Amino acid sequence: MRLPVGIRAQVYGWLLLLPALVLLVTFTHYPTVTTLYHSLMSTPKGARPAVWVGADNYHAMAADPVFWQSLRNSAFYALGTIPISIALALLMAVLVNGKLPGRGFVRLAYFTPTILPMIAVANIWLFFYTPGYGLLDQVLGVFGIGSHNWLGSRASALPCLMAVAVWKDAGFFMIFYLAALQGIAPALGEAAAIEGAGRWYVFRRVTFPLLMPTTLFVLVNAIISSFRLVDHIVVMTRGGPDNTSSLLLYYIYDVGFKFWDTSYAAALTMVLLAILATAAIVQFAFLERRIHYQ
Amino acid sequence: MRRVAGVMLAVMIAGWAGAASAQTTEISFYYPVAVGGPVTKIIDGLTADFEKENPGIKVKPIYAGTYQESIVKALTAVKSGEPPQTSVLLSTDMFTLIDEDAILPWDDLIKTPDDRAWLKSCFPAFMLNSQTGGKTWGIPFQRSTIVLYWNKDAFKDAGLDPERPPANWTEMVDVGKKLTRRDASGNVTQWGIQVPSSGFPYWLFQGFTTQNDVLLMNEAGTQTYYDKPAVVEALQYWVDLSQKHKVMPAGIIEWGTTPKDFFEKKTAMMWTTTGNLTNVRTNAKFPFGVAMLPANKRRGSPTGGGNFYLFKKSTPAQQAAVLKFVKWITSPRRAAEWGIDTGYVAVRPEAWDTPEMKKYVAGFPFAAVARDQLQYAVAELSTHENQRVTKALNDGLQAALTGAKTPAQAMKDAQAEADRILRSSRR
Repeated sequence: MRLPVGIRAQVYGWLLLLPALVLLVTFTHYPTVTTLYHSLMSTPKGARPAVWVGADNYHAMAADPVFWQSLRNSAFYALGTIPISIALALLMAVLVNGKLPGRGFVRLAYFTPTILPMIAVANIWLFFYTPGYGLLDQVLGVFGIGSHNWLGSRASALPCLMAVAVWKDAGFFMIFYLAALQGIAPALGEAAAIEGAGRWYVFRRVTFPLLMPTTLFVLVNAIISSFRLVDHIVVMTRGGPDNTSSLLLYYIYDVGFKFWDTSYAAALTMVLLAILATAAIVQFAFLERRIHYQ
Repeated sequence: MRRVAGVMLAVMIAGWAGAASAQTTEISFYYPVAVGGPVTKIIDGLTADFEKENPGIKVKPIYAGTYQESIVKALTAVKSGEPPQTSVLLSTDMFTLIDEDAILPWDDLIKTPDDRAWLKSCFPAFMLNSQTGGKTWGIPFQRSTIVLYWNKDAFKDAGLDPERPPANWTEMVDVGKKLTRRDASGNVTQWGIQVPSSGFPYWLFQGFTTQNDVLLMNEAGTQTYYDKPAVVEALQYWVDLSQKHKVMPAGIIEWGTTPKDFFEKKTAMMWTTTGNLTNVRTNAKFPFGVAMLPANKRRGSPTGGGNFYLFKKSTPAQQAAVLKFVKWITSPRRAAEWGIDTGYVAVRPEAWDTPEMKKYVAGFPFAAVARDQLQYAVAELSTHENQRVTKALNDGLQAALTGAKTPAQAMKDAQAEADRILRSSRR
């Protein structure tokens, strides 16, 4: 028996879709739905099973000062690390795209932090920040500036963690910008130069707009990584002093795997998901329209 | 994680095979090792010796990462229905494991007078964190306390007797002032003392509170006493070390780099675990001393470290095998061997009477300081909802140490938070 052509095309299409569909459903959609479900239940404890509690976990969240502090910290962290690491990445890419002695070596040096695991990076930076004999204090000591307890004071703990993130991410983003720069036809720059445009003008009106697709891609990655990567907090401050360096994901880990309050952790995860989804929608719905693809 | 799953699978298959032949009993136990190296080798050696002496039993140690990672793995395994038979986890995890319905009291296995005598053979200080409600839930294994390390050269340079560490709170401040050195522009080049306050400041704080003769919680683990006047007083002293007396760096002092600060002569004294004894012995390039913590109203330190727990869902044969193994590994000879090899405090008085231990202590008398301090030791802070209640205290301590709150306010807030969390456990 032969199926009608229309149905065969349908089956063919679904079969092509199947591998991606299975992976997405198993690892993305199903966990999202179960997380939402668990966030509306109580945490099962020993003999006490989970029961339906509705929005209880969300009410508790609204009254939880550590949650609000972690959220504020996360916002500050994202707003600080994302623009700086992207700007730095672009600057480094432009620098190593030009004719520079030892260009390969410089490119490698910029990229090295990306290859290192975050845990190793955090352990290195822990000693950079050590009061007294740490690298930072030794360098400042040359200028007669006394030692500072970088990770141990409320004002500097989070900025110190942000510096580590920028240091680690900028090299990674640089690679994308470098690839994009190499893809831009030199003729465009030359044509502009004949018209009498200066180098800054060419960068601003020709190069940068052509880099916008890359910038969007990097921006998406930067936002995700600013919410996703908390390994260095575990090593360097464990959210301290007094939660001043606790980020949302780190707090979720605390609640889920230290306090074993899994349903509250699920509710917190929903907040993180909502934030990331909003960021993605804004980026793809609004920013993309303003981007010129070659 | 995947490797652990692989090992677990192998254990399961081996377990079935064992059940089929009904000859050998296989038990798995999670053991916390953050990094491989000497300790894994010691454990491997011990299990091999045990298997040689007990041909019917196979012991599979599974190295599960830090204490925190180990309990995450153990509880995840419990929830998936395939728990290990036994595991070494923090003594303070007792209430958490009971609340999760994951463990059995050892009393259930105790049948002979010999077993009963064994259950009573550990230092009483270590049992404080191992018993609740009249039952014994943990068998002490790798346990520690806080001690004071001091740099004898620094004492000599400051005109102090290098053989006499500070014995009380006043002396610690006085000695600290003499040891704190500043350069011409007023920057400190050497601090008098460092008491770490990152990560788990509550543990170090229990040194101060015990010395001020006050407990932080009740034995049932349902009530904390964070806002008692004596607790606030203890915190005031800790805060004053940096803010008033200026003998300790301000802000949060990192636990992990404190031994390094000591080796680099950035601090002349430090409080840290006895578990750092071997580390200090290897890395300090100057003569150093180890002493009990200074006293105020009394001497005191909390204990710390890990206990053996007995997990549910094992066969009677496996439970008997676990009991045999744990009894064997905590026997005087093995406990002494373990203490000498690792620096942990051997958990039974008899272990200190073995010839090996006597020889070790004669050559390295500091090893006995922790033992001698045990008579003053109290249980480490542990309650129901343990990590959450502890975090309330940690946050308060860090708030006070960084100057964001006064000690009284910080402890009042911490107590209010702990009360809120523990409300449901008191029913």
